[in-house]
Amino acid sequence: MSKKLLLEHIDVEGIRSYEVYRKQGGYQAVEKALKTLSPDDLVEEVKKSGLRGRGGAGFPTGMKWSFLAKPDGVPRHLLCNADESEPGTFKDRYLMEKIPHLLIEGMILSSYALGANQSYIYIRGEYMFVMRIVEQAIAEAYANGWLGKNIMGSGFDLDLAITPGAGAYICGEETALIESLEGKRGNPRMKPPFPAVKGLWQRPTVVNNVETIAAVVPIVNHGGDAYAAIGIGRSTGTKLISASGNINKPGVYEIELGLPVEEFIYSEEYCGGIKNGKRLKALIPGGSSVPVLPHYLVCKTAAGEDRLMSYESLADGGFATGSMLGSGGFIVYDEDQCMVRNTWNFSRFYHHESCGQCSPCREGTGWMEKVLHRLEEGHGTMEDIDLLWDIQRKIEGNTICPLGDAAAWPVAAAIRHFREEFEWHVRQPKLCLERNYGLVTEKKFEAQPA
Amino acid sequence: MSENSEKFTVTIDGKTIQVDRGTTILNAARQIGGEVVPPAMCYYSSLKGSGGKCRTCLVEVSKGSEKDPRPMPKLVASCSTTVMDGMEVKNKTSERVVDARGGVVEFLLLNHPLDCPVCDQAGECKLQDLAFEHGHSKTRYEFQRREFDKIDIGPYIQLHMTRCIMCYRCVHTANQLTDKREHGVLHRGDAAEIGTFIEKSLENDFIGNVIDVCPVGALTDKTFRFRSRVWYTKPMDASCECSKCSGKAVLWMIGNDIARVTGRKDENGEVTDFICNECRFDKKELSQWKVEGPRKIERSSVISAGHYEQEAPAHTPLLNKA
Repeated sequence: MSKKLLLEHIDVEGIRSYEVYRKQGGYQAVEKALKTLSPDDLVEEVKKSGLRGRGGAGFPTGMKWSFLAKPDGVPRHLLCNADESEPGTFKDRYLMEKIPHLLIEGMILSSYALGANQSYIYIRGEYMFVMRIVEQAIAEAYANGWLGKNIMGSGFDLDLAITPGAGAYICGEETALIESLEGKRGNPRMKPPFPAVKGLWQRPTVVNNVETIAAVVPIVNHGGDAYAAIGIGRSTGTKLISASGNINKPGVYEIELGLPVEEFIYSEEYCGGIKNGKRLKALIPGGSSVPVLPHYLVCKTAAGEDRLMSYESLADGGFATGSMLGSGGFIVYDEDQCMVRNTWNFSRFYHHESCGQCSPCREGTGWMEKVLHRLEEGHGTMEDIDLLWDIQRKIEGNTICPLGDAAAWPVAAAIRHFREEFEWHVRQPKLCLERNYGLVTEKKFEAQPA
Repeated sequence: MSENSEKFTVTIDGKTIQVDRGTTILNAARQIGGEVVPPAMCYYSSLKGSGGKCRTCLVEVSKGSEKDPRPMPKLVASCSTTVMDGMEVKNKTSERVVDARGGVVEFLLLNHPLDCPVCDQAGECKLQDLAFEHGHSKTRYEFQRREFDKIDIGPYIQLHMTRCIMCYRCVHTANQLTDKREHGVLHRGDAAEIGTFIEKSLENDFIGNVIDVCPVGALTDKTFRFRSRVWYTKPMDASCECSKCSGKAVLWMIGNDIARVTGRKDENGEVTDFICNECRFDKKELSQWKVEGPRKIERSSVISAGHYEQEAPAHTPLLNKA
C-alpha cells in the first residue's frame, strides 16, 4: 500500500461530520499553523513541499502564492476552484463529498498564508448535492470556531462562502471564474493583469484547485520536507487520479507521484487491468484536453524508459510522443474503441463549451466538430484530415484562454498517432460504421531536437 | 512620478519609436503608422474594455525587453499587450503572424455570409478590407452557415446577427452610454448573439453610435438602409449647433439630399466624436448643417473612387474652409 495523505481517513464511518473528522486528527494543522507559524513561514513550507497545482497546469503553488501582490489596505482573496468540469475528472467531487472538512481546513490554512479574510469556494452547478454537503461542513466549522472572527484566539478572521456556478466548463478558467463570481458572464479576461495583481473585484486574488488546497493540510501536519520526500523529482507528494474507461476497477485513487503507469493500469491495487481481457489501445492520462497516447507509448516513453505517473515523465518527448498529467483524468481505451468517434465526441464538448469571445475558438471548435462528424459518419475525404490539422494549428496558442488549446490538442494528438485510423475511415466508409479499427501500428519517432 | 513619464523604446518591423509607458503595442504601431499597424476588428480606443477578442492584431514579440530579452512564446494580441523598454515586435515580417492572421480571417469569415453585393456595409466594411488583404479567395467551409432573423432595435437601428463577428464593440458602447445593462451577449460559443432583453429598444440619445462602431454590416441605419451604395454618395464634413453633442459629423450626400449622417472617423476607422441620435437620424435637411468641405477619404477606399473633386458643391453657401 502506498502512502495516503488526502484519503487517509476516507473509509472511517461518518468522516463527513465534524466530530469524526476532528477525532481523526482534523483541524490539528490549523491549530499548529495559527499557533506556531507565521503566514510567511507557511508559504515557505508550501514552497519547500514542491506542491504543484493539481487543477491541470501543474504550476508550483508556493511560487504562485508568492506572486500575490500585497498592497496596503487592499483586501486579498483566495478562491477555491471546485468547478471541476474536465471530462474524465471527478476527484474533487469525491474529496468534497466524502471528506469536506479537509477542504475547509485547507482553505483556512491557505487563507492564513495569503492574508485573505474572505474566501470563496466556486463549485460547479451540477454538484448541487456536493454543495449542500460542503455548506453543512462550513456551518459546522463556524459553530466550532474554526471560521469567523478571531479563529482560536489568533486574531485571524476568515469568512468562507460558497458560490455555485451555472454549469459552464469555461468558468473553471480562473479569470472566467472570477467574472462569474462577480456576477457577470463567464468570459475569460485578458491577461495581464493577472489575478495575483487584479483579480476578484480588482483585488489581488489566488485561485487554487480543491485538491491543491486540501494538500496544504498534510504539508502543515508533516512538514514541507516530508511532503517533498514523497514522489519523484519535481513531482512531489500524492495525486488523486480519476480512473475511468475500459478498466476493471474505475474510481478515484490516491497515488504517490512516480508510480509506473503500467503498475497503475494492471495492478490489482489500482485499475486492475483492461476489462474483459482486451488489449490496451490508447490512454488519456490527464483529462480530455491533454494529448492521447497510443498503446506503444503508454508504458514506455519514446526513449524506452518506463513511463511514470509524474508531471515530467508523462510529458516526456513533448507533444510528439508525450502528454500531460493534467488534472489526473485517467481514461483508458481498449481495442474496441474508435478514436475518430472519441475525438469527435471531445470536439463536440469543446464546441459546446466555447464562450464565443475570441474568433479562433468560437468558429474553429465548431468547424472541427463538423469535419470530425463527417469523418466519423464515413463521408470524409483525405483532405479533411489535413484540414483538421490546419484548423487545430491555427487555434492553438492564438486564443485568450487555454480552452482553445484544450480543443486543439486532442485533435492534434489523434491525427498524429491515429492517422491510419482516420484514413481507414475515409477508405472504408461502410466498414467504419460496422466495426472498429483496432490497434494502430507502432510508429518510430526520431529524437526531438532540444 | 518620474517613473510614469519615462519613455520606452519599441521597434516594430524594424521601425523604432519612443512611446509612453503603458502604451499598447497596437497604439505604438499606430504612432508609427503605415504598414506596421496591425489590423484590429474589435479594439476601439475610446471604448473601455474593448479589444483582445478578434485576434487579428496578433503580433510576434521577438524580444521581450532590454532587461529580459527572451521572446514571448506565443503570439500576443497587440491591442492589449503593453510595450516594454527595448521590445522588438514583428508584425508583417513574421511568417507566424501572417499565417495566424490568415487563420483568424478565415475563422471570422467562416460564418459570415459572403454576400457583400447585397450588404449595406459594403465599401466601408472592415471585414471586407481585411479579407481582401489577408484572406483567400475560396472558402474551405462546406457546412451551413449560421443564420439569424433581422431584429429592429428601436425605430432607427436594425440588427442582423448573421453578419456579426462578435467584436463586442456595440456592447461596450451601450455599457458606457447607459448605466443599465440593456444590450449584451446571449448564449455562448458560436451560438452567441448580440441582443437586448426580449428585443427591447435601446433608448439613449447616443445609442446610434453602435452603428458607427460596428465593423461589419450587423448594425445598420434604418434611415439609410438600401437607399444607396456608399460609393455613390459624397461625404462632406459638416457641423451643427447641438446641445447634446459636438455636432461634428459627416454628411453622406446624394445630390443635394442628405442620405445619412455619421460620426467622423480617424485614419484607424474610429469615431472621434460620438454624435447624438438627433443629429444622426433627424437632421436630414441641408439647412440644418454648416458644411465645412469635402471629407478626406483614403485613396485606396472604394468611396473615393474618383467621383468628386476638391471644390465644394455650388449649393453650399455656408462653405467655410477652416
